[in-house]
Amino acid sequence: MDTGDAAWVLVSAALVLFMTPGLALFYGGMDRSRNVLNMLMMNFWCLLTIPILWVVVGYSLAQTPFENDVLGGFDNAFLRGLTISGEDGGFGLLVVIFLGMFAVITPALISGAVADRMKFAAWAVFAPVWTLLVFVPVFKWVYGGWLGQRGSLDFAGGTAIHVNAGIAALACVLVLGKRRGWPREGAPPHSMPLVMLGTGILWFGWFGFNAGSALAANGTAVQAFMNTFLAAAAAGLSWALVERVRDGHVTNLGAASGIVAGLVAITPGAGFVAGMSPIYIGLIAGVVCCFAVRLKTKAGYDDALDVVGVHFVGGLVGSLLIGFFSDPDYFATENMAGLFYGGDGELLFEQALANGVTIVYSFVVTTVIMLALKATIGVRVPELVERSGLDLAEHGETAYHEGTATATSSSAPSASTHDATPATAKV
Amino acid sequence: MKLVTAIVKPFKIDDIKEALKGAGIQGMTTSEVQGFGRQSGHTETYRGAEYTIDFVPKVRLEVLCEVFDAERIAGVIVDAGRTGKIGDGKVWITEVDRVLRVRTGELDGDAI
Repeated sequence: MDTGDAAWVLVSAALVLFMTPGLALFYGGMDRSRNVLNMLMMNFWCLLTIPILWVVVGYSLAQTPFENDVLGGFDNAFLRGLTISGEDGGFGLLVVIFLGMFAVITPALISGAVADRMKFAAWAVFAPVWTLLVFVPVFKWVYGGWLGQRGSLDFAGGTAIHVNAGIAALACVLVLGKRRGWPREGAPPHSMPLVMLGTGILWFGWFGFNAGSALAANGTAVQAFMNTFLAAAAAGLSWALVERVRDGHVTNLGAASGIVAGLVAITPGAGFVAGMSPIYIGLIAGVVCCFAVRLKTKAGYDDALDVVGVHFVGGLVGSLLIGFFSDPDYFATENMAGLFYGGDGELLFEQALANGVTIVYSFVVTTVIMLALKATIGVRVPELVERSGLDLAEHGETAYHEGTATATSSSAPSASTHDATPATAKV
Repeated sequence: MKLVTAIVKPFKIDDIKEALKGAGIQGMTTSEVQGFGRQSGHTETYRGAEYTIDFVPKVRLEVLCEVFDAERIAGVIVDAGRTGKIGDGKVWITEVDRVLRVRTGELDGDAI
């Protein structure tokens, strides 16, 4: 194991883990103050459940044996056969760690769509089940499976992660239904500073997501880093400029949404494009996604925080643009070239096919999972809970306390540390 | 003149506002308040320690009106604000001596 590679991929894995709390803040700030803790918990729930699922069976089914076309097996289930003493010195284990971070954030992406109304018990089951039935097989097809073998490209998860989660988000909200009062009753972000902080954390973490996906500390990682830097800036800029021209202001939410759209769009091509291409990809993604988030009101699906408009559309745009901008000579690889680099359109076809297959599979299976949950434990909170807030009803917590609280159990900390006035101790 | 004051559930305020606008009321003032009545508070648990939140968030709504309008407005608020569950709040009507519009100095009925 090359120590330089190991060092970079370890750091990258930690960066990708940090994206999930970042995403939670990004979504949580956009949500209403009565539901922010539910949003954070939906994301943190993925951090609690998916790592365990991943080492028990997820990784093995999603990757090994590598020659399988459709699904892996159980060779590495329960981390069997992965040690630090073998030939690779533990690099195999490091790959399990790194990819596990991606497995965590992929279902978390969906939480933004189902905000404000999904029963937490239903989400608690949905996240791991979806990861196993949808994320794992699609990941296998794209990375080493039949879609990848045909020649389609997905450097860090445009198809396998963003298109996959984005279309699943659409399936979820179609089963779940609209929030009461939507779209007549507006739901403006309750804390834009949280949204901006979350955006910063996402961008920071995304350097690990994209540049770490080189799985080495090499030139491809450097180029992926540069692409991540430029595409996010370009997309934030183009989204902000569209809003300035169309609506009259450069808004924080527009800039943040553009940055995320650019990060999503460069993800599939991060290690396949170079030069000015990331700027073009970012500029295009920012404009397209800025208009795509408006589709939901026209089409009538309540994708609360625009998972479809940003992740699905951004991922799809970025993935298809590889068909134009892929430059294999620059990276000295045997990959197919894009139309602007001497390619003949075959790559564009393969990109469309890989995304088309992912869209159909993810949409259908996600719909089945949601319908099964709806028929059993139910997917929606009662009307009164939806109207008065999920934080207190589903989690017994309130995000922002004003005024006083009384400690009522003997284990409660003293007043001096928690702003609580100890009064009647409950026996 | 009269002042109609209501304490209601926060998520009902939009329904009440729409109902009042529908009843021809041209202005109102709201404020976020905390308090308790028969509903009393609720409990929350942090790291196993239980806390009673005594003061429940409510919205206070105030509408100035002519004497003849007060009962009608109170009725609209009660109808639109009712969920039937404990904690729906209260409405009361008080006497107002004088009303002035700041911009024009208009008085009483003209200032409403």
